[in-house]
Amino acid sequence: MTSGGERMDNYLKLEIPAKSRNEAFARVVVAAFAAQADPTIDEISDVKTAVSEAVTNAIIHGYENNPSGTILLSATLAGRRLEITVVDYGVGIEDVEMARQPLYTSKPELERSGMGFTIMENFMDEFSVVSLPGQGTTVTMARVFDGSLPGKPEQPYGREA
Amino acid sequence: MQVRIRAKGETLVVQMRGELDHHAATGLRMEIDAKLAENKIKNVLFNFRDVDFMDSSGFGMILGRYKAVREKGGKVLACSLRPPVRRVFELGGLTSRIPVFGTEQEALDDLWGGEDG
Ligand SMILES: Nc1ncnc2c1ncn2[C@@H]1O[C@H](COP(=O)(O)OP(=O)(O)OP(=O)(O)O)[C@@H](O)[C@H]1O
Ligand SMILES: [Mg+2]
Repeated sequence: MTSGGERMDNYLKLEIPAKSRNEAFARVVVAAFAAQADPTIDEISDVKTAVSEAVTNAIIHGYENNPSGTILLSATLAGRRLEITVVDYGVGIEDVEMARQPLYTSKPELERSGMGFTIMENFMDEFSVVSLPGQGTTVTMARVFDGSLPGKPEQPYGREA
Repeated sequence: MQVRIRAKGETLVVQMRGELDHHAATGLRMEIDAKLAENKIKNVLFNFRDVDFMDSSGFGMILGRYKAVREKGGKVLACSLRPPVRRVFELGGLTSRIPVFGTEQEALDDLWGGEDG
């Protein structure tokens, strides 16, 4: 619970193996951590989806489903701003610009549709990818819990029919 | 994720509960494809009533079934989308390919209404 206007700074660091069951674990951890800043249900839902995308990418692309890979997940809260970093030491990305294009996927045979980066970009206020081929990938993203749509401050969430 | 799959005539109704992510989609894909191999099945209806989370892996699984079913002349439908699922459907343009209904009954009525009058 927030106590009267007090600024809440906090952080978490988590190391998990690249196993698909950890996708759910990672998003639940971040959701519980973010709850300290009183996000709306929609905001929490967006953050969970973005975390799921980043962790899933580390597992299936970074480590190509090899569960001995390690994923580092960290998050910081500064007031109502949540920043999340997901790091893998996997294969990396040759061309980040191309990888970020909507609908681009290097694994169509696995029924991937190239939506992950697009979701992270649309569901968070800030989003960046840094990658080195052969060394790994770092995804950093942030969201401010102010009740507005991601990336568009002052536009409140409307309930869709 | 818990799943209940049942056949209603030529339509497979896939009732899901929980979170549709990569982990869940992998198992569900195999289950559905096994049923689709039974030749009386033509259409698939995904009931999202109890699904509170879906990411791109769930999206890819749905889109993949849509392509496979359509190739065999059937239809894929969805019903009872909750806001977080609807958001991913819309961002990926899935709502323009797959008809979405408020309830399972409305979806089935539409299918059956469309067959021989
Ligand atoms: N952690 C990573 N390590 C290596 N390559 C990555 C990583 N994350 C993304 N990529 C590359 O970027 C591409 C685009 O990623 P994105 O998440 O947008 O789509 P996808 O994972 O292929 O499909 P979807 O997310 O819709 O299932 C991937 O196909 C892959 O080639
Ligand atoms: Mg992805």
